[in-house]
Amino acid sequence: MSLLEVQGIARAFGGVQALQEVSFAVETGQIHAVIGPNGAGKTTLFNIISGLLRPHAGRITFLGRDITALPPHRISRAGIARTFQTLALFENMTVLENVMVGRHLRSHSGAVAAALRLPRQLHEEKRIREAALGYLSSVGLFSKAEAPVSALSFGQRRLVELARALATEPRLLLLDEPASGLNPRETDDLAQLIRRVRDDSVTVLLVEHDMSMVMDISDEILVLHYGRPIASGSPAEIRADPEVIAIYLGGEFTGAAC
Amino acid sequence: MNTGKTAAGILLLTLLAVAVQVGASVSGRDYYLTQLTMAAYTAAVVMGLSLLVGYTGQISLGHAGFVAIGAYTSAFLSTAPLAHASGTALGKSLLRFHVLASRPELYGDGTVVSLAPGLAFLAGLLLAGLVAVGIGYPALRLHGHYLAMATLGFGLIVYRLVLGTAFLGAADGISSVPPLPILPGVACTGEPGQRIANYYIAAGFTLMVLLFLLNLTDSRTGRALRAIHGSERAAAATGIDTAAYKLKVFVLSAILAAAAGGLLTFYRGSIGPSDAGAMKSVRYVAMVAAGGMASVWGALVVGFVLTFLSLRGCFGSFDDAVFGVVLIVIMSFTPEGPFGPLRTLVVRFRARRRPALANGESEKEIPRVVA
Ligand SMILES: Nc1ncnc2c1ncn2[C@@H]1O[C@H](COP(=O)(O)OP(=O)(O)OP(=O)(O)O)[C@@H](O)[C@H]1O
Ligand SMILES: [Mg+2]
Repeated sequence: MSLLEVQGIARAFGGVQALQEVSFAVETGQIHAVIGPNGAGKTTLFNIISGLLRPHAGRITFLGRDITALPPHRISRAGIARTFQTLALFENMTVLENVMVGRHLRSHSGAVAAALRLPRQLHEEKRIREAALGYLSSVGLFSKAEAPVSALSFGQRRLVELARALATEPRLLLLDEPASGLNPRETDDLAQLIRRVRDDSVTVLLVEHDMSMVMDISDEILVLHYGRPIASGSPAEIRADPEVIAIYLGGEFTGAAC
Repeated sequence: MNTGKTAAGILLLTLLAVAVQVGASVSGRDYYLTQLTMAAYTAAVVMGLSLLVGYTGQISLGHAGFVAIGAYTSAFLSTAPLAHASGTALGKSLLRFHVLASRPELYGDGTVVSLAPGLAFLAGLLLAGLVAVGIGYPALRLHGHYLAMATLGFGLIVYRLVLGTAFLGAADGISSVPPLPILPGVACTGEPGQRIANYYIAAGFTLMVLLFLLNLTDSRTGRALRAIHGSERAAAATGIDTAAYKLKVFVLSAILAAAAGGLLTFYRGSIGPSDAGAMKSVRYVAMVAAGGMASVWGALVVGFVLTFLSLRGCFGSFDDAVFGVVLIVIMSFTPEGPFGPLRTLVVRFRARRRPALANGESEKEIPRVVA
C-alpha cells in the first residue's frame, strides 16, 4: 500500500481549471517531487491534500484511510505536515513559540490545567519547549530561539516553517518551494536537511523550481502542466521525456529562474 | 513560562489595591471606592474581550450585549415576584434550600419571594454562554469578519429588546435589585456599610480573572489562540482545531462579560438600557486596543483607568467621544497599542543582546531531533 494515494483530483477556480484528473501515489520513505511551470496547480494540489481546499472531484487516501473530506487539523493529526510557498509564520510570536505550536498535536494540557498551573501542565510545557528547541537545532536556528520571527532573514524564516512542520512528527511532509529565496549555499544545506528528514523515516512530497536540487534528491518526479499530469518517473526518465523536454525548450519552463 | 513574573505582578497589584483602599479611607474619600469598584468590574470585561480580540484576532462589536444579558438576567430573576410560591409546600422547601429568597416588600409590610440572587446570577452566565454559542457557532466556522457583523447585530437587538420590553423595565430598567450574598455577613450590594467589602469583592474578582487569563495566555492553549491570530491556515495545518478554539474563547469572553455585568448590577442595585448600548461595546473594543490588543495587563490597566476617569466625569460631555478618539488614534498610529513600538524595540534589543535562552538551555544539552 502506498502512503498517499491521489485519485482523479479536479479543482477549478471560476473558469480556471487548476487541476484535472490528477492521480499518483507516494511511496513510504521516498522524496517525491512535483514540478511544473507557474500556475500548473502545484500549490492547489498541496492545499487539497492538506485539507485547506476541497477538490471538486477525486479522492485522497492516506495510510489506507480516506482523508478527502477531513478538515485541515484532522489531516495534520493523521500525520501530514506542510510548509507554505508564501510563508505563513505566526508573526506575533518568537521563533521558539512558532515551533512550540508545532508540538500542539503532541501535547494535551487544556485551559483548566493551564489556569491552575497544575504540575503535569508545567512539566508538559517544559517538554514542549525542549522538543521545540531540538527541532530548531536541527535546522540550525537554535541561537535565534528568542528572537521575534520578524527579525529573521527570508531563508531563516523558511527554516522556521520547516522546523514547525517537523515538530508535529509527520509521516508525510509537504514542502512548497522550500528553496525559493535561498542562496546556492543555503539551498545545498536544505537539500542535505531534506535527505536527513527522509532518512529519519519522514516521506517528503516536494514542490520545487530549482531543477538541479529536484533532480539531485528526488526518487520520483511528477510533472504537472496546466493542471494535468503529463509525465512521471525517476529523474533520469523525466530528463529524457520528450513532452517534458518540449516544455523546457518551449521556454515556458525555465528551471531555477522562478 | 512566566510563573514567577505573574505571581510577582499579582502580589504587587494586590498590595496596590490595599494601599488605595487604605489611602481613600484614611483621607475620608471613601466615595472614590464606589467608582473604583465599578471600574474593576469593567476592567474584567475588557480583559476577557482582549483574549478574544487581541489574542485570537476575532472581533466582537456586541460585548455590551453580553454584559446586559448577565445584568438583566440577574436583576429580573432576583426581583420578579413568584407570588404563589411562598404559600405552597414546594415553595416552602425551595425557600429552605435557598433556591428562592424572600425579602420585605418595598412599599408595604409583606414579603416578596423571588429566585435566590446567586441562582439568578448563574442563570445570567448560562444564558450568555448559550447565546454566544448560538451566535458564534455559525459565524466562527467561516473565516473573515462574520463574527464582527453578527455581534454588531446582536448588540443592537439586545439594546432594542431591553428598551422595548415592559417586564425588563423598558427605558427605566430594573431597580431595587437585592444584595447577592457572598459570605456570611458580606454581600455584593451598594449599601454604604458594605462599601469597603465590595471594593475587595470587585478587586478579588478582577484579580482572579487576571490570574486566570495570564496563565491561560502563557500556555499551549494561549499559543494556539495567538497562532490562529497570526495565520489561521497555518494554525489549522499545524493541527489546531481553529473553529473550536475560536468558539470556546468567544463563549468564555461572553461569560466573563455577563459575570461582570451581573456583579455590577447587584452592586449598583439597578440596571438600565444604557449599559446595553452599542457605544458601550465600542468602548470595550477601544479599551482593548488602547491596552495593546494582545495584553491582559494592558487591558486591565487601560480598562480600569479610563473607566474610572469616565465615571469621575473627567471627560465631561465628551465621554463617548473620548473613547471613539482613542480607538481612531490607536488604530491609525500605533495599532499595537501605545506601548507597541516600545515593546518591539525591547524585544529586538533583547534578541540581539542576549541570544541565550530565558531558561538558560544551551545547544549542547538539547538533542537535535533530525540528526
Ligand atoms: N484561491 C484561488 N482563487 C482563484 N484562482 C486560483 C486560486 N488559487 C490558485 N488559482 C489559480 O489556479 C492555477 C494554479 O495555481 P497554483 O498556485 O496551484 O499554481 P502553482 O503550480 O503553485 O504555481 P507557482 O509555481 O507559481 O507557485 C493558477 O491559474 C492560479 O491563478
Ligand atoms: Mg505554487
